[in-house]
Amino acid sequence: MSDAAKARPSLAELALTFNHISLASFGGGLSAWSREVVVVEKKWMSEEEFLSILTMCRILPGANQVNVAIFVGAKFLGMPGAIAAVFGLTFLPAVLILLLGAAYFQYSHEPALQNALKGAAAGAIALTLSMAFKTGRKCLLSAVPWILFAATFFLNGILRWPLFGVLALTAPLALLWAWPKVK
Amino acid sequence: MKDEGLNLIHVLILFSSLSLLSIGGGNTVIPEMHRKAVDAYSWMNGKQFADLFAISQAAPGPSILLVTLIGYKAAGITGAVLATMAMILPAGILVYLVSRLWRRSADSPLRSAIERGFAPLTVGLVLASGWVMSKSADHDWRAWLLTGACTLLCATTKTNPILIVGGAAFIGWLGWV
Repeated sequence: MSDAAKARPSLAELALTFNHISLASFGGGLSAWSREVVVVEKKWMSEEEFLSILTMCRILPGANQVNVAIFVGAKFLGMPGAIAAVFGLTFLPAVLILLLGAAYFQYSHEPALQNALKGAAAGAIALTLSMAFKTGRKCLLSAVPWILFAATFFLNGILRWPLFGVLALTAPLALLWAWPKVK
Repeated sequence: MKDEGLNLIHVLILFSSLSLLSIGGGNTVIPEMHRKAVDAYSWMNGKQFADLFAISQAAPGPSILLVTLIGYKAAGITGAVLATMAMILPAGILVYLVSRLWRRSADSPLRSAIERGFAPLTVGLVLASGWVMSKSADHDWRAWLLTGACTLLCATTKTNPILIVGGAAFIGWLGWV
């Protein structure tokens, strides 16, 4: 699967790429953005490798997207790669959020700003929904994955079960289904 | 300044311990951050915490940068840097070690089962997070219409996502959402 990976990027390219992903994600939708860039644009990972990493990164402690950056960075350049990716992901946005935080204490009641943020959130939710659509079209090819998908969505999205409860139920079934058959 | 030194120590201890406890993502420890930052240390009031949370959700970048803002409010720029590092490093080191194991197990049946089996689960989780976000953003029918149109555009065409989110922000700015 990892044959899909192209030539290994440099440290600077990793940092710049994650900086780009991060800055693009105003209003949210960061996982949709990382998939767009890591899988579609740069072809650094296959769809399946990216999706499985995304779920592992949700289970592990730490912010999901920081964890994804570590996985992608370390895949190509080990520890320095992980550091470069995390630095790219967090540095400028941290500066930006400090400026926003300072501005907040001055202009917190500007309605046009609130409205623009609301619009951006609607767009970011659309990115997330279409990511579910695009990735689902590739991996929901038979009845069992459809059931696994629907159960996970229902338990986590509608019933609002915590992630661990959901995965404790669905992950063993998924592994059982996907375990390679002995040749 | 004496207070600031003490606050720095509290920032360091709080976020480096929350880092390893944030299983399932940064949002899982927000109630604990709130309890400490507002009730225990009085770095800010509840309204301010809620607003900083909203900023961290809407701003570009990982929403965990909420801790940067909390650190800043507690102990200035040094606090902001310290809080961010403390939140990222402990969990980051653990994740790095797991990612090494992951790469070494390229041929194991477990890894191929995870790659094939977790994909449908992730699609379900992604759809669920889109759903939950729209709930917490208080989507009314106009916001849903905008989300629906953007989803259609993004799923069926190759429009640059920046244009989609930027366009949606503009429509919001006009006051139509």
